[in-house]
Amino acid sequence: MLMTVNQATATSVNQNAVVEARKLGLTFQTNDGPVRALSDVNLTINKGEFVSFIGPSGCGKTTFLRVIADLEQPTEGKISINGMTPEQARQARAYGYVFQAAALFPWRTIESNVGLPLEIIGLPKAEQQERIKRTMDLVNLTGFEKKYPWQLSGGMQQRASIARALAFDADLLLMDEPFGALDEIVRDHLNEQLLRLWRQTNKTICFVTHSIPEAVYLSTRIVVMSPRPGRVTDVIESTLPAERPLDIRESPEFLAIAARVRDGLRAGHSYED
Amino acid sequence: MSFSRLSWQVALALVLCAVAMTTMPMLAAEAAAPMSNGTSTLVIGLVALSAVASFAMFSGAASAAVLFIGAHGAAWLLIAGISGNEGMARMPYFLLLAAAWLLAWRCVAILSALKPQSPQAKTFLRLLIPAIFGAWILILWEAVTRGAGVPFILLPPPSAIAARIGNSLPILAADVRQTIFKAVLFGYIVGCASGFVVAILADRVPFLRRGLLPIGNMVSALPIIGVAPIMVIWFGFEWQSKAAVVIIMTFFPMLVNTVAGLAASGHMERDLMRTYASSYWQTLFKLRLPAAAPFIFNALKINSTLALIGAIVAEFFGTPIVGMGFRISTEIGRMNVDMVWAEIAVAALAGSVFYGVVAFIERATTFWHPSVRGGRA
Repeated sequence: MLMTVNQATATSVNQNAVVEARKLGLTFQTNDGPVRALSDVNLTINKGEFVSFIGPSGCGKTTFLRVIADLEQPTEGKISINGMTPEQARQARAYGYVFQAAALFPWRTIESNVGLPLEIIGLPKAEQQERIKRTMDLVNLTGFEKKYPWQLSGGMQQRASIARALAFDADLLLMDEPFGALDEIVRDHLNEQLLRLWRQTNKTICFVTHSIPEAVYLSTRIVVMSPRPGRVTDVIESTLPAERPLDIRESPEFLAIAARVRDGLRAGHSYED
Repeated sequence: MSFSRLSWQVALALVLCAVAMTTMPMLAAEAAAPMSNGTSTLVIGLVALSAVASFAMFSGAASAAVLFIGAHGAAWLLIAGISGNEGMARMPYFLLLAAAWLLAWRCVAILSALKPQSPQAKTFLRLLIPAIFGAWILILWEAVTRGAGVPFILLPPPSAIAARIGNSLPILAADVRQTIFKAVLFGYIVGCASGFVVAILADRVPFLRRGLLPIGNMVSALPIIGVAPIMVIWFGFEWQSKAAVVIIMTFFPMLVNTVAGLAASGHMERDLMRTYASSYWQTLFKLRLPAAAPFIFNALKINSTLALIGAIVAEFFGTPIVGMGFRISTEIGRMNVDMVWAEIAVAALAGSVFYGVVAFIERATTFWHPSVRGGRA
């Protein structure tokens, strides 16, 4: 895998990198003057990683994800996705994006919501059906294909939106607080399923959250960010094994990582005072 | 609701019966075809009996049925008795009419409180309650205009209007064909379609959005009375000039609503389409137009009534000798008010059907919208 020479990446140093940000900055022009949302972000995300972004609101974690997705344009620095610009990556449909809310279209059934990106790409009908079936199965929604989104619970809706992002079958999955609006029990369950999914599909996942346990439980690497201006204050490698039952969250190893994340968040905050 | 208790409507109806009995007879002495004593007794008996029986019943449906029969039987006898004696009615006639009306009121009140289980019964009730309501407007109108002898010119009884409709079917049909099937339908389709297309263009081309919409608002304020004669000069006396007025009237509600509807889809949904590298037209057809559908149907509903008004008013300013507006303006000059009322009734019916068809299509198309499915957003 490492031997494959990526033709498009003349500048990329690391052939294994999915996302590479160098001195990335983004300043929004608002009515109250310029706001620095991101400042001097340097980060490389490698293939197959599960990277969480954690920080208080306003720290730019969502903005960073949106920059990767070409939903915002950086004002400084450089970023490449699979060796391409974000714009090229978006046009090449290099990633699937899961939003904070399910954002399912109420006039479409669940299966036709999951099939929406496939319709837009213009896949043949048979392959659409095959992919819908496979991804609905992955998120345990088989049997709900003909339902409408408003007939499903919030957790099921969010699972359908994950299925929609997976049906796309891009190697990179960007998730912006996908479980933020759900209750603790549903959230635990979906976290477990997401880990299983990630292991099965071997995708690269960027996951924005403001929950420390969620970040530690899911990630291979945790990026701690702090606000005003949004920047990376710490990057923590997880020492947890790949196999993670839910009760791993009571292990001393888990708690040690969580404590380090908390320290990182506190350190980021202290600059403000 | 306890239907077995004596309600104030029933109690008042009984009182009115008693007063009516003491002030007999129902018609003035010089009436041409006086009512028999038997008829008067039958009316009073029907009202009183059904009133008493209604609260002795075991179920709401049964007491509503008893009241229904009593009220409508009495009303029918009263109206039958007044024919040939128009304007001769005395106080007991009106008292008994009021008593029958009170019973019908009580009947509707009981029916409204019923909570049937089966969907068929629900549908039946949903149709029955407004039907009784509407029927009583006609019954009171008929009984009062004929009982009190209201001059025909002021307000003809509904039976006379119905008779006029029955006798003038070919004329009415020709008018409907001219006004609705030519001017209204053509104008409505062209007006709505062009409003829709211009809204899409304004969405696609920024300078149109900036320049056209403010001017559109101004044109939508144009007085139709002023525009209609000019359209006649431009497009002639035939239906084309009326269709032009309808187009002007329906264009802007559609334009404004479609523009608002196209802005109705959420940011997240639009970002989602962007992450799929969806083209402008894909986003339009798969996201923005479905999200705009409730707005577009609003315009279609508003326009269904506007179009009819526009076409009828436009016909006041010169037409060939056919058309609903033409008929109304000429027949009123010839004091044929029943014909005017007949045209009004036909226009109201056509307008309701038109609106109903659009509303039906709306419910089928925007079944997902919270306002249609009756759920949360």
